[in-house]
Amino acid sequence: MREHMIKTLVASAAFGLALTGMAYAEPVDDKLVIEGEEGTLELVTSTKAPDHLQEVMDTIYSGWHYREDDTRAMQKDDFDNPAMVFVDRGRDLWNKAIGKNSESCAGCHNGPESMKGLRAVTPRVDAKTGKLMTIENYVDACVTERMGLEAWGWTGDKMKDTLALISMQSRGEVVNVAIDGPAAPFWEKGKEIYYTRFGQLEMSCASCHEENQGLFIRSDHLSQGQINGFPTYRLKDAGILSAQQRFVGCVRDTRAETFKPNSDEFKALELYVASRGNGLSVEGVSVRH
Amino acid sequence: MTRQLMLVTLAAMAAATPAISEIAPTAVAYTEGKISESLTGTPGDPVAGLKVMTTNALGNCVACHVIAALPDVPFQGNIGPALDGVASRYDEAQLRGIVANSKLTFEGTFMPAFYKTDGFVRPGNAYTGKAPEADLPPILTAQQIEDVVAYLVTLKE
Repeated sequence: MREHMIKTLVASAAFGLALTGMAYAEPVDDKLVIEGEEGTLELVTSTKAPDHLQEVMDTIYSGWHYREDDTRAMQKDDFDNPAMVFVDRGRDLWNKAIGKNSESCAGCHNGPESMKGLRAVTPRVDAKTGKLMTIENYVDACVTERMGLEAWGWTGDKMKDTLALISMQSRGEVVNVAIDGPAAPFWEKGKEIYYTRFGQLEMSCASCHEENQGLFIRSDHLSQGQINGFPTYRLKDAGILSAQQRFVGCVRDTRAETFKPNSDEFKALELYVASRGNGLSVEGVSVRH
Repeated sequence: MTRQLMLVTLAAMAAATPAISEIAPTAVAYTEGKISESLTGTPGDPVAGLKVMTTNALGNCVACHVIAALPDVPFQGNIGPALDGVASRYDEAQLRGIVANSKLTFEGTFMPAFYKTDGFVRPGNAYTGKAPEADLPPILTAQQIEDVVAYLVTLKE
């Protein structure tokens, strides 16, 4: 893994230098076929944009297409994908009797494969409570209500390991979050945040990821900001990140006061950004830089 | 007052108010996006301006603009137009206005305003992600704006 990362870093530096003066770089033409324990799996990493985006773009691309050759390659083989360590940790945690009365995730839910499909449709509105639920919200409800534990930190190890494990169960499923019905007001709120120019730099999500996708800010190749690959192993941080954790970094970089993970604002934004990727595959756990 | 004491007093005043003739961000007079007068009255230093433009923590202009005249500066971005020859397209007053607040020249532009302190949505304390504890300073000081302009006016076709 270490050798891979060093190679990736060197490759990124050389790649960035070669780009100086380049006008635009298309998303790389490549296919994401993953070698895993259970054979190969081809993911949808580009497709027709969902209807609600038709006016602004024709095609949506996973952020995977905007990364260097070595980074893309790491995600093509589970053995090379550093995020798998977190999935494994999540599986250990899933099976452990951690609750106040020795409850475990497995005790109620059986194997983690019972979570198949969840990542593709969340955030979603819970029919009973009317609340917008991320995977973390479901995990938190189990941890605090059923297991009688103190809440886990939203971006702490336990939460993200569990998120990685649950997300992996939906790898290859097509993202299809609902944006109408009870989800509509949350979606509208997320959309408003997406287009608001925050901070002293006065930048919105759209400033970079819609209007300037494909261009470069310094050495950063601007992707569409899709989150179908989250949680992602980010080489720059040498760790796994949830989508909302990445939002914190983006908003901070506009010289703004950020919102917190699990705030109403970032939950709504997660729903909206997820909906911009309706049609792409859930990547389970991805690799970015 | 002795001559020495007077000098000390003057020096102390100068240190406390480094730019007595400086125009505050909120007091800048724009005419169709242009700023005709120097913000400081002190001529800009093009060498210092170049440093501001190529340093991440300062202006970082090369994050979005290519300057082909600077082949040694790595990772030049391409969101904005290349700056080579910019002084042949805009005069000094226009350039000063564009650096200070480009939105008054190019409506809706992506380019941040480098000499502006109000009118933001959830401004933060630089890159900490936290709310500012005191009045927000502009991204660049008045003299840094003048230094950048002094460099830009050298970029003739």
